[in-house]
Amino acid sequence: MEYLSQIAFLATLLVAGYFLSKRILFIRDSIRLGKPMETSGSTGDRWKNVFLIAFGQKKMFKRFIPAIFHFFIYFGFLVINLEVLEFVIDGLAGTHRIFAPYLGSVYSLAISFFELLALLVLIACVIFLIRRNFLKVPRFWSAEMTKWPRLDGNLILVIEIMLMAAILKMNAADQILQARGEHYTATGTLYISSLLIPLFENFSTELLILVERIGWWFHIIGILGFSIYITYSKHLHIFMAFPNTYFAKLEPKGHINNMPVVTREVKSMLGLPAEQTEQPPSVPGRFGAKDINDLSRHHLMAAYACTECGRCTSECPANLTGKKLSPRKIMMDTRDRMEEVNRNLRKGNKGLDDGKSLLGDYVTKEEINACTSCNACVEACPVMINPLEIILEMRRYVAMEESGSPASWNSMFQNIETSFAPWKFAPSDRFNWANELKK
Amino acid sequence: MMEERNKIQTVAELSAKGKTPEILFWVGCAGSFDDRYKRVTVALVKILNAVGMDFAVLGPEETCTGDPARRAGNEFLFQMQAMNNIQVMNGYNIKKIVTACPHCFNIIKNEYPELGGNYEVIHHSQLIQELINSGKIVMNEGGAFKGRKITYHDSCYLGRANDVYVAPREVLQTLDADLVEMKRCRTTGLCCGAGGAQMFKEPEKGKKDINVERAEEAIETGAKTIAVACPFCMTMMSDGVKAKNKETEVMVKDLAELIAEAQGL
Repeated sequence: MEYLSQIAFLATLLVAGYFLSKRILFIRDSIRLGKPMETSGSTGDRWKNVFLIAFGQKKMFKRFIPAIFHFFIYFGFLVINLEVLEFVIDGLAGTHRIFAPYLGSVYSLAISFFELLALLVLIACVIFLIRRNFLKVPRFWSAEMTKWPRLDGNLILVIEIMLMAAILKMNAADQILQARGEHYTATGTLYISSLLIPLFENFSTELLILVERIGWWFHIIGILGFSIYITYSKHLHIFMAFPNTYFAKLEPKGHINNMPVVTREVKSMLGLPAEQTEQPPSVPGRFGAKDINDLSRHHLMAAYACTECGRCTSECPANLTGKKLSPRKIMMDTRDRMEEVNRNLRKGNKGLDDGKSLLGDYVTKEEINACTSCNACVEACPVMINPLEIILEMRRYVAMEESGSPASWNSMFQNIETSFAPWKFAPSDRFNWANELKK
Repeated sequence: MMEERNKIQTVAELSAKGKTPEILFWVGCAGSFDDRYKRVTVALVKILNAVGMDFAVLGPEETCTGDPARRAGNEFLFQMQAMNNIQVMNGYNIKKIVTACPHCFNIIKNEYPELGGNYEVIHHSQLIQELINSGKIVMNEGGAFKGRKITYHDSCYLGRANDVYVAPREVLQTLDADLVEMKRCRTTGLCCGAGGAQMFKEPEKGKKDINVERAEEAIETGAKTIAVACPFCMTMMSDGVKAKNKETEVMVKDLAELIAEAQGL
């Protein structure tokens, strides 16, 4: 009986670990549906992006108010998770606040600091709930924010509030028990939770022990459950933001990735020597992207890094003027389609050959045609997601595999081919502007 | 004097004399064919001649960079264009290029190197800024623009695409004018609506045209001159101003035109 709670704790850890590792493998396989990544440029610059933009939240601060509250939650979670280490050791060893005797007054100070952060997280989550549901910040209500994305956003905030409240309640009960001489390890005064003491003071000792234990178990099971939940949720950005900023493009935003396959063909058409390194691909791929397997693994990883904040869409000129295009929806659709394919494969179904595709069933031509390639979405994304690259890959598919570009683009193509300008002018007139100077 | 100011040479003519220009002026399709933007081309030629720049143009040998084709997804067509242009420019041993079109600027600077075209590429706003900083263009105090309200519309392909935000503004500041910013400027500047080959088709269905939205924002600043640095922005902003029936009060002008005008060129 003595070890019952330790066994229960270990079982909880194992069950959570099992489900979590299954989900991690699922996500890995989803991303592997894409084409292998090619990275170029300096590794130092990539780490700089990870530190400044992911760790340092640099781009978040382009919008100060949400950034400051987001920073509370972000920093709070980073630090409070140190306390989870103690939870795990206590749970396994059957101890209670194992670090307290060793750290003494540093412990009280540290836990008080964690409590302050917990309070800030709590306040920030309440403000975010108000922004979403009462102030109705438009980017949380646009077309692609259907029932599930909206619920997902709210659930995360509510769960975080509950987790933080559990810590504070647990600590308050603990302090009363210490005062009653119940052999609870002395922690000294914990400044935030001690404010809650009057709420619990009249409880019987048994009830307080229960409150403290429930708080402890709720917090640890909550954290474990939360870590599984986020693999289904937009909240996965807390992990994926880091690799995504590392792999983000280093070239100027105006640069579009080259297609070496086309380079090889064009060179042979023009009778130019092709470079040695340009070997033909073993599997003839499609030009551009019709489905998720035509995209790179980095594009797919980016879809997992997207937390649906909608800053991209709120700055997209096409979306702002009522067109169907929404860069956030491009990322959400990419994730939905990639998970659909992976789920199909796991059930032993055909996966990609299910008669559906990203372009057509999720994203329409009307959406991709509306993009001005202005890079406002890329600039706006706090974690360096690039929806524009996905849009351009789909345009390549439409233009080169389907010849399905809008009619006026096809005429523009024809003009470039025949008159070497996008407009139908005689090439011989190109230098006529200089006549103006001769007058 | 007048002749000097209007001098224009092609790279082929220079080459026949065994010479290579220090800098190639890449005119671009809009600069060659669009009636409005031809005036910008001429203004820039006058500025370059006024400072005695050793430059030339490709003239009839220039062709579309392939930018709209690439942005619309036609990679084959883009690469055909790019390879031809690179062959021509490499053949003439071109090292440095200036252009008044941010789309040509971006593609030659960022995308031609992968296809074998390596040049130092600058936008005309950067060149004019250099000329002012080095004292080759001296602005008179109290010129025609003194105290006039000017707002600058960022071109996406200069700004976000290549981080050129300062040069065009520094150029405008030398006009001694009152430079006012729109709410959405620099990194958050709103596109004119023409990028990504949108220039060559009708917009998709929506509530409003992007250029009208942007023109409204520019007009709201109270500026009587909207400065642009891109041929597509020029067309879109001019049309936007017309749509608001403000074309008699609000002018849309390129940086080169404003400088040429202030210099009496």
